[in-house]
Amino acid sequence: MQKYSFKALLLAITVGFVLAVHFQLVDQYVTTVAMLMGINIILSTSLNVVNGYMGEFSCGHAGFMCVGAYVSSVLSVLLFTKDRVFGPALLPEGFAVIGVPLVILIGGVAAALAGLIVAVPSFKTRGDYLAIITIAANYIIISCLENMDVIGGPRGFQGMKRVVGAMEDVWDIPWMPMLVLVGTILSVWAIRRFVSSTYGKGISAICQDEVAAEIMSVNTNKMKLVAFMLSSGLAGVAGGLFAHVYGYVNPQSFNILKSTECLVMVYLGGMGSLSGSVLSAIVFTLLIEALRFAIPALNALAHQLHMVPASYEIGQVWKWVVLPLILILTMQFRPEGFMGKKELSDFFPFLKKFYQRLED
Amino acid sequence: MEIFFQNIFNALQWGSFYALIALGYTLVYGVLLLINFAHGDIFMVGAYIAFFVATFLLGSYGVIDPGTFTGPVIVALAIPATMILTSLVGVALERIAYRPLRDKGAHRLYVVITALMCGLLLENGNLALLGASRKRFPDLLEKTVFSLGGISVTNLKILVIAAAIGVFLLLHFIVTRTKIGMAMRAISYDKFAIPLMGIPINNVIVFTFILGSGFAGLAGFLFVMSYPVLDPYMGAIIGWKAFIAAVVGGIGDIRGAFLGGFLLAFVEIGVVAVFPSTLRDLLAFSVLLLILWWKPTGMFGMPQTTKI
Repeated sequence: MQKYSFKALLLAITVGFVLAVHFQLVDQYVTTVAMLMGINIILSTSLNVVNGYMGEFSCGHAGFMCVGAYVSSVLSVLLFTKDRVFGPALLPEGFAVIGVPLVILIGGVAAALAGLIVAVPSFKTRGDYLAIITIAANYIIISCLENMDVIGGPRGFQGMKRVVGAMEDVWDIPWMPMLVLVGTILSVWAIRRFVSSTYGKGISAICQDEVAAEIMSVNTNKMKLVAFMLSSGLAGVAGGLFAHVYGYVNPQSFNILKSTECLVMVYLGGMGSLSGSVLSAIVFTLLIEALRFAIPALNALAHQLHMVPASYEIGQVWKWVVLPLILILTMQFRPEGFMGKKELSDFFPFLKKFYQRLED
Repeated sequence: MEIFFQNIFNALQWGSFYALIALGYTLVYGVLLLINFAHGDIFMVGAYIAFFVATFLLGSYGVIDPGTFTGPVIVALAIPATMILTSLVGVALERIAYRPLRDKGAHRLYVVITALMCGLLLENGNLALLGASRKRFPDLLEKTVFSLGGISVTNLKILVIAAAIGVFLLLHFIVTRTKIGMAMRAISYDKFAIPLMGIPINNVIVFTFILGSGFAGLAGFLFVMSYPVLDPYMGAIIGWKAFIAAVVGGIGDIRGAFLGGFLLAFVEIGVVAVFPSTLRDLLAFSVLLLILWWKPTGMFGMPQTTKI
């Protein structure tokens, strides 16, 4: 019973959430925020593989997300729906039910291949020089897509809503919330299994001392390749989900600012702490959404107290002033992020005990 | 042929901006091993400070009668004022955001993230306080065009290029010939032994920030004189590009930052001269990527050796 308790809990959450969305117990806004949260969790945990566990400084994560988003959306529009540019659907629209998850995975594979741009130089380059290569990769990917006029160029690409619509025609359940939840759980699970396996411990070894790791028979080049490809591949999956949730992608929505968001989530949670990354992704998403409501309230309060001139309105611009301020202050009080290098079970020993008893 | 030389002068001008900003990155990095991602935004703040100082001296705020100073006098007064005020911003960032983290012994990447956040704060704080409408920098210098055998060069371009070269020579002198420069090099060599030698490490770091931010302010001033439109996001892209230039040159090395800035500008202008301008970022960054593949620690960077 204990052995399956965690999995049962996850399953219950997934089924419960999907049912709640299906019977419209939660409104559209909450659903969107929850889906965004899931996507952010995938992004922060996957970046944590490289930035936390391997100790590199990759700051072009949004670039790989962009590859995944574009590949999966172009494929799904090409295969499952009629489009002005691509012509009629190549496959019957009903196939979308099986096809879209597959297409999102293919987007992930494409992003993993794009990760090679960064992974191969990392054999020789380390530290801040690698950071530059990741930034340059991000710029190169965005610039490439902006120059492809077939898929919209800087105007962006759309049509994924029709594919999701086709899925709902086959079977009327909330497909995207379900896919996002399943994708989130599977990626966190995959990363967890990877970094705690004997094979995956090689990346922590590289973080601590590359030469010593090499001597201890860790194939460092291969480990770097695997870590970068896993990280960028999962970012691609997140991108594919993002594209299908919003139904519209634009190269500029994956610019360096998005990469910064990913970085913030990783370092806020703590380098090398998976539960920290999950937690910080949730907190970060909620913070952004909370500020959306907090700022008009703040505006009203400030006008009530005559703290600002009557002509001046505190607008939503202040969201991006308050948010960095909160994060800077958080860093001052917890300079190692929420969790440091620890996991949730280190803070709550009963969790550890609960699951250790299984092994006896 | 004339177009060719014209482009060379354009590239020299852009290279000067990149180099001035890249020098600030590389100074701070050389001493602290900190990528000061707020530096591009300090440049932006410098440009805004330049705007306010210049309009103040022109008499827009009623303190000084309009017409008290002529254009060149204003430039001569505003440049030092801008540099001093901007360096205050840089020192304030160091004092408020970076030093407490450093004293707590936080991992250096947390300081980098704090720097990123400070950059966002400056950008959006500016947007929120001053509004989204773009400001126009007043014309201070009369435009003089020198032509040398068909190549026309404005006095502003010459000023910009001369300023970049002058700053480079000055910094090179400070770092290699003076006592405080020796202290800076010493800190980058070994941060733990230096306080034991009686060198006030925090003062040297503050001095580094003063130099870096002051020259960012100078770059901001010269930039808005050449391209007189100010907007809060102007620092972001130039900042990232200058950082890339600094790394390609070999971060931590002043010659590297200087040459890296010019290299990036030459590649960019060269790409635009031959290909459609939408390909600029793509090709420029690809060239830089190739350079880093070929020389993984930049043009002047020393290969890092690890002791076992």
